Amino acid sequence: MKLLLEKNHVAGIRGYEVYRREGGYRSVEKAMKMSPAEIVDEVKKSGLRGRGGAGFPTGMKWSFIAKPEGVPRHLVCNADESEPGTFKDRYLMEFLPHLLIEGLIVSSYALGSNVTYIYIRGEYAWIVDILEQAITEANNNGWLGKNILGTGFDCQIYVQRGAGAYICGEETALIESLEGKRGNPRIKPPFPAIKGVWDRPTVVNNVETLAAIVPIINMGGEEYAKIGVGKSTGTKLLSACGNINKPGVYEIDMTISVEEFIYSNEYCGGIANGKKLKACIPGGSSVPILPANLLLKTAKGETRYMNYESLSDGGFATGSMMGSGGFIVLDEDQCVVKHTYTLARFYRHESCGQCSPCREGTGWMEKILKSIDSGKGKMSDINLLWDIQSKIEGNTICPLGDAAAWPVAAAIRHFRDEFEWHVLNPDECLKRNYGLAHYADEIHVPVTA
Amino acid sequence: MVKFSEDKLAKVQELISHYPEGKQKSALLPVLHLAQENLGGWLSAETMDYVASLLSIEPIEVYEVATFYSMYNLQPVGKYMFEVCHTGPCMLRGSDDVITYIYEKLGIKPGETTADGLFTLKTVECLGACGYAPMMQLGKHYREHLTKEKIDAIIQECTMNAAANN
Repeated sequence: MKLLLEKNHVAGIRGYEVYRREGGYRSVEKAMKMSPAEIVDEVKKSGLRGRGGAGFPTGMKWSFIAKPEGVPRHLVCNADESEPGTFKDRYLMEFLPHLLIEGLIVSSYALGSNVTYIYIRGEYAWIVDILEQAITEANNNGWLGKNILGTGFDCQIYVQRGAGAYICGEETALIESLEGKRGNPRIKPPFPAIKGVWDRPTVVNNVETLAAIVPIINMGGEEYAKIGVGKSTGTKLLSACGNINKPGVYEIDMTISVEEFIYSNEYCGGIANGKKLKACIPGGSSVPILPANLLLKTAKGETRYMNYESLSDGGFATGSMMGSGGFIVLDEDQCVVKHTYTLARFYRHESCGQCSPCREGTGWMEKILKSIDSGKGKMSDINLLWDIQSKIEGNTICPLGDAAAWPVAAAIRHFRDEFEWHVLNPDECLKRNYGLAHYADEIHVPVTA
Repeated sequence: MVKFSEDKLAKVQELISHYPEGKQKSALLPVLHLAQENLGGWLSAETMDYVASLLSIEPIEVYEVATFYSMYNLQPVGKYMFEVCHTGPCMLRGSDDVITYIYEKLGIKPGETTADGLFTLKTVECLGACGYAPMMQLGKHYREHLTKEKIDAIIQECTMNAAANN
């Protein structure tokens, strides 16, 4: 079932003419005949949950926005996609820019945002041009600007580029960055819905979430809610990567099994080079890694499905999370310790430095993992790592601390024997890692057999 | 003295117009990108002070932002910067080999620039190209599904472009 990517193979769909001919901007025509409150209602009925990773109900988030007299409100689109393993928003913006603009217009109308911003990660520099082109076309055809469709509603959309900071995907850090500051997350409350950008009521939503507003308005919230299962309604974009035959972005309705997603030719097409599946991080680098057996079946032996509930079945002890939909697959030859080390390095690099547990803890975790991975670790380091991650979780202003702790915790929980192997076999480590892991210090010549 | 051309100054004003009256500081990140792209490929103290004056903010407000975000270069870099991703998903697909191969070809480690000032090698954290790994950013665009052959071709392309522009 495809709602977002239904037209992505139509030639020229990136341009306005083809997009409109294929039924684009119908949702704006429909929405402008409704009241903003009715649109919020449809979104509530749809059961749509934020697609950035947290899965918070979008309609509820919208209903929290304060409406003080005479104070402008803003919608901000979070296009800072930076969670390792995640590249779905990029795909959507690159190939279907008008779908996002259409969703933004409807959502801006529902929230009363006359000036809406797309905050995009700085590295997606060429996508800025694609979005600005789409905005110009929408402006020229009367979908943006003054008095849209004669409703009296004015709306303008601007694109702002970030400059390389994962933390700016956190909504309050994003707001700080939009104000021209360092991306340090704010203490909540007050929530952005009360005091956001320039202290004005602000809603921050992910790209995919805002694009999903288009089919929700077109088909109605109730119809949308019929797709999927339970509280996992509608469709979800997944970005699959790692050791699979067909990495890429796939749209699923959330009823297929994890096994089907990995092995079906419609999706990942199985493990690359005829290897076996070893482990998988199913929802972006922050969520727990699962060994193959717990990935395909829950601890109770039931089939695991690609949806919010099933992926988190078993909690962190035996389950994981849907997260951002960044699906990272490791084949049998991959080293979990090394992979976890690269993630720990990522989080150390991206910690904003405000909170001591995260600033210091991510650095320690990186150093210890590097040491174990290169055969210099001690058995006691494994418990030390566990201790550090447990002291980061829950003790920071924003979720980056948790996001840094979880991958380390899960790797130790499910692959402790592999950590121990590194400690017991120091000489084998560099061979196994073909000596290239630590080029930051020195470049080794690959060890050949 | 560093200074934007007239059309870039107009661009700065256009960027400032995106934000409410008195909130021109919001244009800082985009203006720093503009400065880096047009005033030598990096942000010198002089450039940052100039940006502060354009936005009527204190120089420290620019320094603290420029030092926070990884895309701003605080020292000169080569004409062509190979920003190779080495986070988990790219590592799984061989980013280590890419870095080693560039080292073998150009003799530079991450953080170093070739003696002729043409190439800088930098490792970066996840750029959102995990499905097309291994990859690097080169200027505005991504180079994906890297192989030794592709890296050879990229180096040759850069060398030829540099020669043509001299």
